[in-house]
Amino acid sequence: MMHGAEPAAAMSAAAAPPRPRLSTQFHGWLLLLPAAVLLVTFTHYPTVATIIDSFFSTPKGRRAAVFVGADNYQAMLGDPVFWRALANNIVYAASVIPLTIALALAMAIWVNGKIAGRPFLRLSFFTPTVLPMIAVANIWQFFYAPGYGLLDQLLGVFGTPAHNWLGDQSTALVCLIAVAVWKDAGFFMIFYLAALQQLSPQLAEAASIEGAGRWYCFRRVTFPLLMPTTLFVLINAIINSFRLIDHIVVMTQGGPDNTTALLLFYIYEVGFKFWDTAYAATLTVVLLVFLAMVALGQFLILDRRIHYQ
Amino acid sequence: MSALQITSRGHAALETAGAWLLALIWILPLAYALWAAIHPSAYSAHFVLDAPLTLENFARAWNAAPFARYFLNTFLLVTMILAAQLVLCTLAAYAFARFTFAGRDIAFILVLLQLMIMPDVLIVENYRTMSAFGIVDTIPAIGLPYMASAFGIFLLRQTFKSLPRELDEAARVEGAGPLTVLLKVYVPLAKPVYIAYGLVSVSYHWNNFLWPLIVTNSVNTRPLTVGLQIFASTDQGIDWSVITAATLMTSAPLLFAFLLFQRQFVQSFMRAGIR
Repeated sequence: MMHGAEPAAAMSAAAAPPRPRLSTQFHGWLLLLPAAVLLVTFTHYPTVATIIDSFFSTPKGRRAAVFVGADNYQAMLGDPVFWRALANNIVYAASVIPLTIALALAMAIWVNGKIAGRPFLRLSFFTPTVLPMIAVANIWQFFYAPGYGLLDQLLGVFGTPAHNWLGDQSTALVCLIAVAVWKDAGFFMIFYLAALQQLSPQLAEAASIEGAGRWYCFRRVTFPLLMPTTLFVLINAIINSFRLIDHIVVMTQGGPDNTTALLLFYIYEVGFKFWDTAYAATLTVVLLVFLAMVALGQFLILDRRIHYQ
Repeated sequence: MSALQITSRGHAALETAGAWLLALIWILPLAYALWAAIHPSAYSAHFVLDAPLTLENFARAWNAAPFARYFLNTFLLVTMILAAQLVLCTLAAYAFARFTFAGRDIAFILVLLQLMIMPDVLIVENYRTMSAFGIVDTIPAIGLPYMASAFGIFLLRQTFKSLPRELDEAARVEGAGPLTVLLKVYVPLAKPVYIAYGLVSVSYHWNNFLWPLIVTNSVNTRPLTVGLQIFASTDQGIDWSVITAATLMTSAPLLFAFLLFQRQFVQSFMRAGIR
């Protein structure tokens, strides 16, 4: 970096008095250049290339990719696994996101108040955030193990028979949802905690003097004031529900019978197990459309508060 | 009135109990991992108070896979990514915060795009790019897509913009060039943000899994997370004691750092989240 910038600094000394604006322009772009090159190579180019590749066939051996029009998309619409993964992902997101946000908010309110054992609570809630998903998925796998796993041992006390939690089509996705909620709630708690600490305590006092109950005060005062944080957390939770599939790779591999395959997991399978890169690109386009919709939603609805300028 | 106070006290007790129950569930996986790792295999699913203690599981895990190499790889990976991120994001953030140049606003929106479309979802095309560069199965290939971080650029830009311009101008009057001003004025004043960003970045990349799994295929490049997964899924069958020992080992550095610097960690994540 330094080599490139030193001549630039020398140049500015020479060129600055007559034409300051041009040198500012030049410096601006020069400073941005290294990051811009990497961003274009690994974010913008692949985004565009994904869309282009989705209209071509997968190159095989010496046969180059040929333009196939919308064939990949037609194949996708007729692919039951794609629909399965899409439906799974929607169920997964629709469960994980509200649960995580509600728990994060409750945790933040507890930890922010005068509850007994606050340091332990905070430590316990936040710890999952620093542990690798891959590592904790291994531990959770034991919880769900049929017969001797922790869940079955606990339920066994009540006489419930052993159950193959991850192997049963009706419970596998629920198990993964639990892991995702457990992993992220403490992370989002932090943002609520930060927001709560910035709220004026007089507000709650005023509400309680007016005779408002805690729940009323939360619903009418605290929650509306936390709205910007909720939206920030919401966006991140949505992105995470499409982005994070580590636990699926460890715990179920998308099974049984694709009941836990999420969109990105299916892309991973198609792209790196079946090596059908054109079809993987087509599936990625669907994922990108989802993310673009989130971005657009954020841009249109809520970003009045965050000042980009 | 007193009846109301009693019910509200009852509510508070119920709430405390709920909070504690939740906290216990939240710590349970870690507590279990610790239990299984320090007891012989026979006790991994058998919880009795007089179970003998042992460190043998750690030794067995350590010897069963090249964990020393995986640790080194992860260390190199997170260091490389963080170093590159700090340099690239600082320069770009400085450009956005203090320079007016043609196309700046569009460039900034294009940068922010990466907050939504993260490298994690562009695995197919990025793998193709790495193949074209001939660097599949190298540590730089794992790090490259993450080095120009939109999050870092955004965070530092906000910080730089919040600093008073007078400091900047004072330094310039004394003849300092733009880069000197950046290094002598902006970077020192943004130190807490750098620490916050550093902690977030290190814990993200220490824990990252899918992309490293895809782009590596040898012992010399695999980070801990991928090494752990291969170890847990192939070598061990279902010996939970050894798996949990390995699991704890791989998370230990981050976990210890977290326990020691809990306040800084929490504050860093907070700082990184407030825009």
